[in-house]
Amino acid sequence: MIHLVWLVPFLPLLGFLINGLGRKSLSKSLVGIIGSGTIIAGFVISLLIFLEVKTPGFTAQVVPLFDFITVGSLSIPFAFQVDQLSALFLLIITGVGSLIHIYSTSYMHEESNEGFARYFAYLNLFVFSMLLLVLGANYVMMFIGWEGVGLCSYLLIGFWFKNTSYNKAAKKAFVMNRIGDLGFLLGIFLMITHFGTVTFPEVFEKAAALGLNSGILMAIAALLFVGAMGKSAQVPLYTWLPDAMAGPTPVSALIHAATMVTAGIYMVARSNVIYSLSPCVQAVVAIVGLVTALLAASIALKQNDIKKVLAYSTVSQLGYMFIALGVGAYTAAVFHVMTHAFFKALLFLGSGSVIHAMGGEQDIRKMGNLKKWMPITNITFLIGCLAIAGIPGLSGFFSKDEILAHAFVSNKVIYALALVGALMTAFYMFRLYYITFCGQFRGTHEQEHHLHESPAAITFPLIVLAVLSVIGGYVGLPPAFGLPNLLEGYLAPIFAHAHLGDHAEHLSHSMEWILMGISSGLVIVVILFARSKFINYQNDGKENTGLAKVLENKWYVDEIYDAIIVKPLIALSGFFQDVIERSGIDGLVNGVGRSVKWGSRQARLLQNGLVGFYIFAMVLGMIILLVISLFL
Amino acid sequence: MPVQYYIFLSIALFCIGVMGVLIRRNAIIIFMCIELMLNAVNLLLVAFSKMWVDAGRTDAASAQLFVFFVMVVAAAEVTVGLAVIVMMYRNSHSVDINILNRLKN
Amino acid sequence: MSLHEIIFIILSVVSIVTALGVIISKNPVNSVLSLIVLFFSITCHYVMLNAQFLAIVNFIVYMGAIMVLFLFVIMLLNLNSELEPQKRNWLKYAGAVSGGALLLVITGILRSASMASLDMNTASDIGLIKNLGNVLFKQYVVPFEISSILFLSAMIGAVVLGKKD
Repeated sequence: MIHLVWLVPFLPLLGFLINGLGRKSLSKSLVGIIGSGTIIAGFVISLLIFLEVKTPGFTAQVVPLFDFITVGSLSIPFAFQVDQLSALFLLIITGVGSLIHIYSTSYMHEESNEGFARYFAYLNLFVFSMLLLVLGANYVMMFIGWEGVGLCSYLLIGFWFKNTSYNKAAKKAFVMNRIGDLGFLLGIFLMITHFGTVTFPEVFEKAAALGLNSGILMAIAALLFVGAMGKSAQVPLYTWLPDAMAGPTPVSALIHAATMVTAGIYMVARSNVIYSLSPCVQAVVAIVGLVTALLAASIALKQNDIKKVLAYSTVSQLGYMFIALGVGAYTAAVFHVMTHAFFKALLFLGSGSVIHAMGGEQDIRKMGNLKKWMPITNITFLIGCLAIAGIPGLSGFFSKDEILAHAFVSNKVIYALALVGALMTAFYMFRLYYITFCGQFRGTHEQEHHLHESPAAITFPLIVLAVLSVIGGYVGLPPAFGLPNLLEGYLAPIFAHAHLGDHAEHLSHSMEWILMGISSGLVIVVILFARSKFINYQNDGKENTGLAKVLENKWYVDEIYDAIIVKPLIALSGFFQDVIERSGIDGLVNGVGRSVKWGSRQARLLQNGLVGFYIFAMVLGMIILLVISLFL
Repeated sequence: MPVQYYIFLSIALFCIGVMGVLIRRNAIIIFMCIELMLNAVNLLLVAFSKMWVDAGRTDAASAQLFVFFVMVVAAAEVTVGLAVIVMMYRNSHSVDINILNRLKN
Repeated sequence: MSLHEIIFIILSVVSIVTALGVIISKNPVNSVLSLIVLFFSITCHYVMLNAQFLAIVNFIVYMGAIMVLFLFVIMLLNLNSELEPQKRNWLKYAGAVSGGALLLVITGILRSASMASLDMNTASDIGLIKNLGNVLFKQYVVPFEISSILFLSAMIGAVVLGKKD
């Protein structure tokens, strides 16, 4: 089955080509079947591959397709690497991807035929790129996929391109990602210069030979992390993700919650050897993750747009994953990627269902008591909230707890702050839940009349994801339960070389129980507090003041970026345009033209038509030639 | 007698011819100056012919034949040139070459 | 100073003076007459240089035919010093200066060249008509024939141009 792995990415590519080229002639149902069918087929193949990879003792296999770049001693094959990590990501991408494709057939049904096909073409292209990213057997292929998902993200954020602000959001996402991608690219160049290869095993081998704290490795790690910061929306490059919510909601679920934004985590996890050998960069990763987690969580506390809350929550959860990577808990990070893909996709799809029912309304202050009309959405959304908040027994609890436990072992301060972030998460999620689904309905009568439960194509993915959100955590049980941690065993070959060395001390089981107890207890208290505060939420229309206002305005980060980066840049461009371009370059070019014109006008005077003058000139020329031959 | 004497004499005559072409506007005079230059060259050729004879070369007659051909060309040129000048005079009642500035346009 | 040199100097002075007369004199008729004297002096040079046939040809063709043609045209057009077009002064000086400069430069170039001297006492028969005829009809028969075509075209050209149309 492994040798058929190329089918997984190429089926979506096929779907992209069919849907993209035939967008004018294909009917909606056909487009939906092609779009979803290719992904579902990919999922089936991925499942078979996964079952094969899962067997103990499986070693990574590389499936070469063709030579991509061969220059001198550098050879970059177009090859797919199938191992535990990529197989797991394959499952997540194709699994969540197929659910979201099914969901989209219903959600996007109001689009025109052509728009519908365009949407599915982009979505398929995205899945193709993402699969290329995780399957690539070297960094260059990863980069190809990396750019591909960036492009699709841009295309899909700006899907409704007639809206200027959506276009701006798309451009912002693209530019922000570009900053990070430059770092990634430089990292690859550095790798090529110093290692002469970009293939994973060879790079890791040469990296391991360099030893701990080598400058080159640190530079590579730092540059790769810059790339991850852009793609995974970490401080300071996170502001694009909330804006990216301009795209259709399933896109937010697939790209900006479940898959693309976790590409950075995948990359760091893939490069675990490099990061483990550069502890300084690892510390930076952890700190950046922590800052992101706290900052985004604090902003989410005061957002009123249902998708914005979820977006900031995504940023914050990504921060958790980076904390895990930073403290060397790669398994925990991947675990959290998986569970987060489940419950965040669920939450986004649930919010999509709500928005769909509300006729495009996204402001939670105008919702309320939706549980009366939308029971399935209500239940699944609640499960998602419980999972992300970390209620014992649900997936989020296990993955988050594993991160917190590792953070506790590594550094108590990180642990404490991460715990605060987790409590904030619980608070804003339940604020969102109670304001949206409980209390009184605060929308217009027309909307109230229109409210309905979504069709099966929307609720089915919700139910599946809700089930996964509940049970997904049981593959990574903490050691305290005394049961084997399936995920850790499964991923062990990938992270074998990244031995935690100094983190070798393990928590005692009692300590682990205590930590779990603390976090669970605090989370429940916070949820109850949120319940009491928001269960009967009334929109009093009061302006927020003080800290709340700062939070509502997202710490004014966008404004600060605007002031310190965008404005000076625009001023500089203006300067270049007005001064350098106008008088410098234009002046030079026009000056050349003008001087030629002037010179030829002068030279034309020589052509006075008088033969005598011509002879005179000829004689002068002869004299000059003779003088030259005489004296030189 | 050094051959330089003849060389310098020829150069002097030639340069006087050039000067005449430059300073006069009368087409006939300019023509005459051209003849003058041709003759200066002819003189030089004959002098070199003599030099080669003295040096024992057998093909020295070539130089004199060259003079012969120069005269042929000069005669033909004068025929046509004077016809042109007569034409020109007939059209413009002048032999001033500065009238002939149609090259300008 | 040998006799040859004396004759050379006299002839040279005559040549240069008459050459200057050609370009300086205001009356075209005077110019033509000066030019005839100049050609005569050159003919004398030819004789001195053992080019007897060329001397005769020069005498007949140049002095006889060509110069008469010039004179004829001048008189036909009735040109005299009053009709003589005048150049602007600065152009005159510029022409004179550049001609002088050409003279200086060429002289400067050739001044240091070393060349054989001419033996004026021995006479050779190279310039005799028999000798030249031999060479002309053996070695240069093709240019000779071509020159006849040249003459033919010149003749036709003169007739066409001179025709009153």
